[in-house]
Amino acid sequence: MALNLGLLAISGTQTANHPIALVDYLVASLRLSVPIALAALGGLWSERSGVINIGLEGMLLSGAFAGAIGALFTNNVWVGMVCAIAAGGLIGLLHAYLCVTLRVNQLVSGLAINLLAVGLTSFFVRLLFKEGTTPRLPDVPIIGIPILQNIPIVGSLLFHQDVIFYSLLLLIILSTYILFFTGHGLAIRAVGEYPKAADASGINVAWVRYISVAASGCLAGLGGAYLTLGHVKFFTENISAGKGFIALAALIFGRWHPVKTVLACLLFGAGDALQLRIQALDIDIPYQFLTMLPYCIALMALIGLAGKSAPPAALGIPYMKESSGR
Amino acid sequence: MKTNQVSNAFLPFLAPMLAIVAALIVGAFLIALTGVNPLHAYTILFRESLANYYGIGNTLTKMAPLLLTASGVLVGLRAGQLNIGGEGQIHMGGLGAALVGLYVHGLPMWIHIPLALIGGFLLGAIWGGIAGYLKAFRGVNEVITTLLLNYIALNIISYLVQRPMIEPGAASPFTPIISDSAKLPILMPGGLAHAGIFIGLIATMVLGWLFRRSPLGYQIEVVGQNPTAARYAGMSVSRTIMFVMALAGGLAGLAGAGEVMGLKHRLFETISPGYGYEAVAIALLSRGSFTGVIFTSLFFGALRSGANVLQREAGIPFTIVYAIQGLTVLFIAISLAVESNLLHRVSLRMNRLKPAGVKL
Repeated sequence: MALNLGLLAISGTQTANHPIALVDYLVASLRLSVPIALAALGGLWSERSGVINIGLEGMLLSGAFAGAIGALFTNNVWVGMVCAIAAGGLIGLLHAYLCVTLRVNQLVSGLAINLLAVGLTSFFVRLLFKEGTTPRLPDVPIIGIPILQNIPIVGSLLFHQDVIFYSLLLLIILSTYILFFTGHGLAIRAVGEYPKAADASGINVAWVRYISVAASGCLAGLGGAYLTLGHVKFFTENISAGKGFIALAALIFGRWHPVKTVLACLLFGAGDALQLRIQALDIDIPYQFLTMLPYCIALMALIGLAGKSAPPAALGIPYMKESSGR
Repeated sequence: MKTNQVSNAFLPFLAPMLAIVAALIVGAFLIALTGVNPLHAYTILFRESLANYYGIGNTLTKMAPLLLTASGVLVGLRAGQLNIGGEGQIHMGGLGAALVGLYVHGLPMWIHIPLALIGGFLLGAIWGGIAGYLKAFRGVNEVITTLLLNYIALNIISYLVQRPMIEPGAASPFTPIISDSAKLPILMPGGLAHAGIFIGLIATMVLGWLFRRSPLGYQIEVVGQNPTAARYAGMSVSRTIMFVMALAGGLAGLAGAGEVMGLKHRLFETISPGYGYEAVAIALLSRGSFTGVIFTSLFFGALRSGANVLQREAGIPFTIVYAIQGLTVLFIAISLAVESNLLHRVSLRMNRLKPAGVKL
């Protein structure tokens, strides 16, 4: 499985000379970072509003599945992407309902979502396709931006990509802007830091959390669409393979800031690409050490940042209005 | 008031029971999608897991690792720790048992088996203990560390069975077969069930006793419910948390040891098909009760054991069982929350009934 992805990520460059190999490596790193980055941005929205989201993994997986199925049955990648975003958003709403309305333990809710996503997607993919893997999916068109795409290295990295990649760039900017430079963002952060005060100042805590968690799901769903439609071109059981958890680690590593979080995702993506490359080039390093590298980095990051990296103060705490029942 | 006592004993399980029923109903709709009569499918599932010789053996085989791992998760929950690292701990436990089973020779069975079990327990405990240490002394959230440690453990095992520990000339990456003296006895001739289920039942009962009767169990409980109070009472919260996580890891390690010593007789990459995650669901379902863990593990073990037959006989993808499990966990979460919200509302009403001027 990992090997398959490796070959896909590298797309035949063994004989290439160094500069091209480098560009290819960077392209592979970027491609592996995109789903993690979208999921991590999703996590950011949810956690900034005070709701822990370990369900990112399940949202990513559902998005990947819905995207693949939608695109396959309509033969239209745009429909696929919309399906992916919708599936992620619906699961986000479910998470919000469980965490905000029912006040389920947020970790338990996330866990339930992950198990449910694995269960349902692996059931339906086998129901629809006997082998548990979809046929090849339609392509997401690559759009080259005139002139800019001709810049060496940077051109092919940033300006010769598909729509999902460009939307990621846009979403990073948008997330930073909304969260830190608008009233809505202030409301979200207030709800995540000190819901009581936010409530007192007239913000509807539950509503803000619903919106944020649903947005979180949409973003992770789009990440899933990139995984299947943009990158590997098929869906297979459990294709997200822990990327949602890596996204969560990136979020902590990036201290709940969009730009830093995405940079952390790039680091993880680059580690993953390195691992796949070494595996495919048959260099005599046990690939397992490289596969576990991103997880080790994440763990070290957590240890190093513990105490220094402050999560939103109300993260994980259900909010209950103090009006003692009408 | 005998009847009252009985209903009180069952009351905590009412919500989980309803959740299981709800999951089975939704599962029935999913089965109907495959064109098979759900009743027929559930009949097969029941018959092949709980009502025939091989089925029962199969169910006990699946139940053993679930029971041990879930008991570990439950111990963690009692201390307020959510251990999602069962998967990694099981694999490390399998490694511990395999090391003793493969490289220690010439021991009689009555020494070799316990030694291999201890090996499994120890490695599992170390794996759980790392997360425990990080939580207790460095303040790192155990949910994320145990998750990450899972992936690290799986890669370590993958490396070991592909390189240093591989059987010479093996067709796929696995170790040689462990010594006969380290194999757990088979319970039912011709079947798969091995003594691991006894280890699970004994461990669960000992834990149940520990929490009901011993000061240690009480201490864990207090740490879980009110760390501040525990600190005032002179208990070391950090050490308790680390101990609990190591114990949880050790129990999962025993589960892995059982898989290697009782079922597979060698170590390979996926000795656990997700038992670690399922165990979390089982522990949550059991509402803090070790007796509950036994029955819930039986239910989940039966689902797994019936799944393959379901695919073979009715052509339903065996992954239906994962879907039903996911639904079960979802409905459990909902039912428990609804229940506690109801209780909260009731207690609010009680408070309002108190005379004015009483300080709450």
